Amino acid sequence: MTGAIESCVHCGFCLAACPTYSVLGEEMDSPRGRIYLMKNVLEGTLEAEQAQPYIDRCLGCMGCVPACPSGVAYGDLLTSYRAKIESERSRPLLDSVTRRMIIETLPYPSRFRAAAKMGKLGKLVQGVLPDQLSGMLNLVPERLPPPVNLPNLIPAQGEKRARVAFLTGCVQTVLAPNINQATVALLSANGVEVVIPDSQGCCGSILSHIGEEGRAKTLARNNLNAFAQIDGEIDAIITNAAGCGSGMHEYGLLFKGDPEETAAEAFAHKVKDITVFLDELGLVPLPKNQPERRVAYHDACHLAHAQGVTDPPRNLLNAVPNLTLLELNDGGLCCGSAGTYNLEQPEIAAQLGERKAQAIVDTGAEMVVMGNIGCFTQVETHLAKMGKQLPVMHTVELLAQAYR
Amino acid sequence: MNTESFYQQLQEICPGRRTLTRDVDLLPYESDALVAFSTKPAAVVLPESAEEVVAIVKVCYAAGVPFVARGSGTSLSGGSMPIKDGVVIALNRLNAIKHIDPEQRTAVVEPGVVNLHISNAVKQYGLYYAPDPSSQSICTIGGNVAFNSGGAHCLKYGMTSNHVLGLKVVLPDGEIVEFGSESLEGMGVGPDLIGLFVGSEGLFGIALEITVRLLPIPEQYKTVLAGYDTLEKAGDAVSAVVASGLLPGAMEIMDRLALKAAEAAVKTGYPEGAAAVLIVELEGESQQVEREFEHLVNVIEGSGAFEIQVAQNEAHRAKIWKGRKGAFSSVGRLSPDYIVQDGVVPRSQLGKALAEIEKVSNSYGLQVANVFHAGDGNLHPLILYNGREQGALEHAEALAGEILAICIKLGGTLTGEHGIGIEKRDYMPQLFSETDLDAMYAIRNRIDDKGIANPGKKLPGGEAPALKMHGMHPLEKAGIISRE
Ligand SMILES: Cc1cc2nc3c(=O)[nH]c(=O)nc-3n(C[C@H](O)[C@H](O)[C@H](O)COP(=O)(O)OP(=O)(O)OC[C@H]3O[C@@H](n4cnc5c(N)ncnc54)[C@H](O)[C@@H]3O)c2cc1C
Ligand code: SF4
Ligand code: SF4
Repeated sequence: MTGAIESCVHCGFCLAACPTYSVLGEEMDSPRGRIYLMKNVLEGTLEAEQAQPYIDRCLGCMGCVPACPSGVAYGDLLTSYRAKIESERSRPLLDSVTRRMIIETLPYPSRFRAAAKMGKLGKLVQGVLPDQLSGMLNLVPERLPPPVNLPNLIPAQGEKRARVAFLTGCVQTVLAPNINQATVALLSANGVEVVIPDSQGCCGSILSHIGEEGRAKTLARNNLNAFAQIDGEIDAIITNAAGCGSGMHEYGLLFKGDPEETAAEAFAHKVKDITVFLDELGLVPLPKNQPERRVAYHDACHLAHAQGVTDPPRNLLNAVPNLTLLELNDGGLCCGSAGTYNLEQPEIAAQLGERKAQAIVDTGAEMVVMGNIGCFTQVETHLAKMGKQLPVMHTVELLAQAYR
Repeated sequence: MNTESFYQQLQEICPGRRTLTRDVDLLPYESDALVAFSTKPAAVVLPESAEEVVAIVKVCYAAGVPFVARGSGTSLSGGSMPIKDGVVIALNRLNAIKHIDPEQRTAVVEPGVVNLHISNAVKQYGLYYAPDPSSQSICTIGGNVAFNSGGAHCLKYGMTSNHVLGLKVVLPDGEIVEFGSESLEGMGVGPDLIGLFVGSEGLFGIALEITVRLLPIPEQYKTVLAGYDTLEKAGDAVSAVVASGLLPGAMEIMDRLALKAAEAAVKTGYPEGAAAVLIVELEGESQQVEREFEHLVNVIEGSGAFEIQVAQNEAHRAKIWKGRKGAFSSVGRLSPDYIVQDGVVPRSQLGKALAEIEKVSNSYGLQVANVFHAGDGNLHPLILYNGREQGALEHAEALAGEILAICIKLGGTLTGEHGIGIEKRDYMPQLFSETDLDAMYAIRNRIDDKGIANPGKKLPGGEAPALKMHGMHPLEKAGIISRE
């Protein structure tokens, strides 16, 4: 861990990148202000209780991290601070019923499907999950799409250029199976053989987040084994969910000092977002007869800020003939999608959603594309409020369509 | 003064959560970007209109309570640090661009508008706002006006004062006055009151509305990086470029230490192994830029550069500038604490000044990173120190004082753009005679008879605020962080 607080030189550069500061225009709701408050709490000059509302209002979007020239590890700081304050608090973060439910349901698609059908799930877990996940849960529709079973091996079309393993994910499999289908189709169309190990499961990021490190490790270990059993070499482990991607990049950390450490690091090293992988590989030429389309690209926080992935999806979209890629003129501020956030800070979340929708509309786009389904509902809702029902899709969906 | 009723009056103007008096809300406002000084104010108010600002100033005047205007708190000299028992008037919510006139090339903006937001808003007309402090992505026009801020490109276009056409101001007693005019033609009648206000560091009241001049976006940029094996050679190259008759848009220098920090932050690939890099940017019409470029390359080759790089495309150019503009902050990667100096020397003395600074910092045993507006002779030595060591700050401050003395000795001055604030206040008598200072006080007292607008800043005299305590960080004590 780094000396985050000390490396903050109080320059204020991060203020421009902070969604809460841009809405509220007050120092306590800026990264610099939050760091200063945390510092005072830890120095004992301020009660944690007083600072808490400002810390709670932080979206965890990590917009401040790439914006900081001094390299302040705000994410690490926030996590350690919360852990320390939580441990000193008498009230636990989650009541035991909710905790059990998350542990026993979310990571398992079939149980999750059953629970989601009963309709209770969303409300129960909202407010306790990381934003990218609760964002997904907002998606829990009246009717779930029919389950899709992907085969264990999808051969490359044409000349075989690479071989990858695919992490299908847990919640997203149930809510938006079409994204996984599109991912596999896109890879295959690009001469990539895709292996989907049966025994794989949830990546465990959800459980790490609620402090269930032991169980998170069990899930992660299961995946280490599942992917280790693949016959032959693989070039990458592909994910299409920003939250899982950033979680799995941290497997090395999760197993630090354990016997699995080396294996976990090697695994983490292989994990790649689908857009990063395809950009490095290079797309096979797309059919020329594409429709004219004006597409806005929205940078999902967990892809752009947490993983620094901004160019690859743009490069891929720019390769589609007749597609005009449009940039949002909003400095990449978070769309406010965090599900917890919608509940706890409805006004700020709504303002951020409106700004995002406005920025999208201002580009004159006919559709909007992003790399994380966590943002879908928020963007759709606020576009709809403006009377603009633009299609919202995952980057891979558009690309897969373009190959058809 | 009846404190209760004073707060109540503030509450009436800025109701609810817009008048802040609890510790938790005041703490984040207790210093600006110069954290070595801090003072907790009595209250912070968040007005949302010019009328509210005027009402607050009137209430303060009646009660004799000091106030300080605050933009984004990026001042490096303690300018926006609160006054003890005073009010901080945070102007960030006055952030409307009220009017854009593409024909006249002017814009009327509220004081809390962020510098870069003006350029973003007028880009559609092919225009931009020229002064570009490195902090332009976040500092406000109000702050720029108060400090007459400059930036890399002010070499060619001048500082903030050259770009302000009109001002609406509330004086410390609550009176509203207007200076200048809304068009270029209206300038030049009567005394230059804008000149008086711009750079007054908040001592003459608060700017409520600013009319700025806009310029057409240059057709082409050409950004050249030259690597040198000594800092002095880079300094001398600057004089050579100017002597050759060229007037580049910007000329900046970063030394080895600053380059190391910037490279860690942006990974641009600045010339490797350089003791100093000179960045020169040409801009204007394409043909002219191409001609100047040839000329420039000749001059630079003759100045002993060992490597010359040219920005490949707009993205590369943006990265070079991102590294330069984030350089101060990225020095935070090298050292937990530093002091930024802002002294100016005549351009012809650059090489000499740099050599002398190096000598004296070596004798202090302190590391100094240099990153500065070379074209203007505006130095920014960053003195690195470790605040957890007893007496380290004082030691660094002593070196800072010697560096300023070098600047003055070489015919320069205390500050190029960061202002005097609290930090350099006590050096004023080194630069100005008693008569000069008396004249300044006389003007100040005439405008602010109760001395309530940002008192204790800029002009010497008055109490010095307490220096921050330094020691082992509590996060370290708690075992949460460690320094690797
Ligand atoms: C990393 C970094 C790089 C920097 N680079 C540069 C640079 O290249 N060039 C440069 O010139 N400066 C630079 N600065 C200094 C700083 O950004 C400028 O001084 C800037 O103008 C301050 O703007 P602000 O909005 O943050 O003002 P604040 O810091 O909030 O206030 C600055 C002063 O302005 C007064 N003030 C604010 N608003 C008003 C108003 N409406 N009316 C009257 N007075 C007002 C305040 O009272 C205070 O005295 C840099 C700072 C940092 C941290
Ligand atoms: S940009 Fe970084 S160093 Fe500057 S105030 Fe923000 S967190 Fe601190
Ligand atoms: S994580 Fe997002 S909301 Fe939180 S301080 Fe950083 S930029 Fe602001």
